[in-house]
Amino acid sequence: MNVAVIKYNAGNIQSVGFALERLGVKANITDDFDSIRAADKVIFPGVGEAGSTMKYLKERGIDQLLSDLKQPVLGICLGQQLMCMHSEEGDTPCIGIFDVPVLRFPPEGKVPHMGWNNIEDEKGDLFTGLRPDRYFYFVHSYYVPLNDYTSASCNYITRFSAALQKDNFYATQFHPEKSGDAGQQVLKNFLEL
Amino acid sequence: MIAKRIIPCLDIRDGQTVKGINFLDIKEVGDPVELGARYAREGADELVYLDITATHEKRKLFSDLVKRIALHLNIPFTVGGGINELRDAERLLSAGADKISINSSAVRNPAFIEEIAKAYGSQFVVTAIDARLEADGKWWVYVNGGRIRTDKELFSWAMEAQDRGTGEILFTSMNHDGTKNGFACEALAHLSENLTIPVIASGGAGKEDHFAEVFTKGKADAALAASIFHFNEIPIPVLKDYLRKKNIVVR
Repeated sequence: MNVAVIKYNAGNIQSVGFALERLGVKANITDDFDSIRAADKVIFPGVGEAGSTMKYLKERGIDQLLSDLKQPVLGICLGQQLMCMHSEEGDTPCIGIFDVPVLRFPPEGKVPHMGWNNIEDEKGDLFTGLRPDRYFYFVHSYYVPLNDYTSASCNYITRFSAALQKDNFYATQFHPEKSGDAGQQVLKNFLEL
Repeated sequence: MIAKRIIPCLDIRDGQTVKGINFLDIKEVGDPVELGARYAREGADELVYLDITATHEKRKLFSDLVKRIALHLNIPFTVGGGINELRDAERLLSAGADKISINSSAVRNPAFIEEIAKAYGSQFVVTAIDARLEADGKWWVYVNGGRIRTDKELFSWAMEAQDRGTGEILFTSMNHDGTKNGFACEALAHLSENLTIPVIASGGAGKEDHFAEVFTKGKADAALAASIFHFNEIPIPVLKDYLRKKNIVVR
């Protein structure tokens, strides 16, 4: 299987490649237009800052390419947020696959939301074979509110989208590559789509 | 609910796991990757690897090790030790570390925290603070593995580190470290109530109840320990069952 992991100018992108390697898949970590388009599966990972990442993607036309993809796409963390419409982080217009906003957590708890949190109301292909009430690893200061595309929710300060799905586009706010066996199962489910 | 985190800490010298007792005497306890993978299987929520290698030449061994850890581990891990400039942080990030912890270098040059946070995000920077409660009733910050006393005080330094963009504070009480008599709960609660970022407690874990205390009385978000895990004095699954029975949310 040909899996492209989108490379950009921030964060620990290597770890998604390593997680796939643990599942027996050698990923192609790339920002090359054609390699991304030709892949069977595309993963859009992310730890970083919205504005500078969008700039990097735009300069290479990857923002437009992503929304045109027909194969399964998985956005992770910042990847999920950038697939939305607009982020309060640096007042950044995003790719807009999910027409929902990304908001900053109000200062009513510790921010960033960092650590293991259970998810609820999970549905769809990504969560097949998981026990309910499983914990996943989150690190983020911005969140996607609940909306029509929410495929799992999480409760921290407020109830927000732990995962989104629309057609061939999947996204998680948590890091499956760092979420132990449960996370590994989510990645495996994505690879098997 | 967000879970309280249990974090085994592995001290690494020349690519091998060691544990210092009271920052002095050192015993070897095994292969860092194997030990880390075992902890991950047993339910550790995160790991910390501290490089205590003395010489610059051998630091390369550590980044090679970080790569192997990243490949084998499916939970987050922090690495620390000898991170003095942005280049060191970048090298560890590209080796696959999720976070780095800085200690003496941040005390000497507090702007270093901002520099890393700006480049790689706050979530990537843990500021580790070693402090000792002294006769004047104040917690004084020490550097160089607890050998040199500074003129910084724990609470104001932790606040400054937060303002400069650190994502977490890892506080080790030198009074409690190695004693196995429990964590510095009062100081920890004070930290946790005054900071808006997570606080990791370190120093003093000896039995299950110390962890229950540090999460309730000490209000810590995470607790770190070394020898009790390395020598299997408290297996992680046993600890987590104990905490669950005390109605503490763990994964």
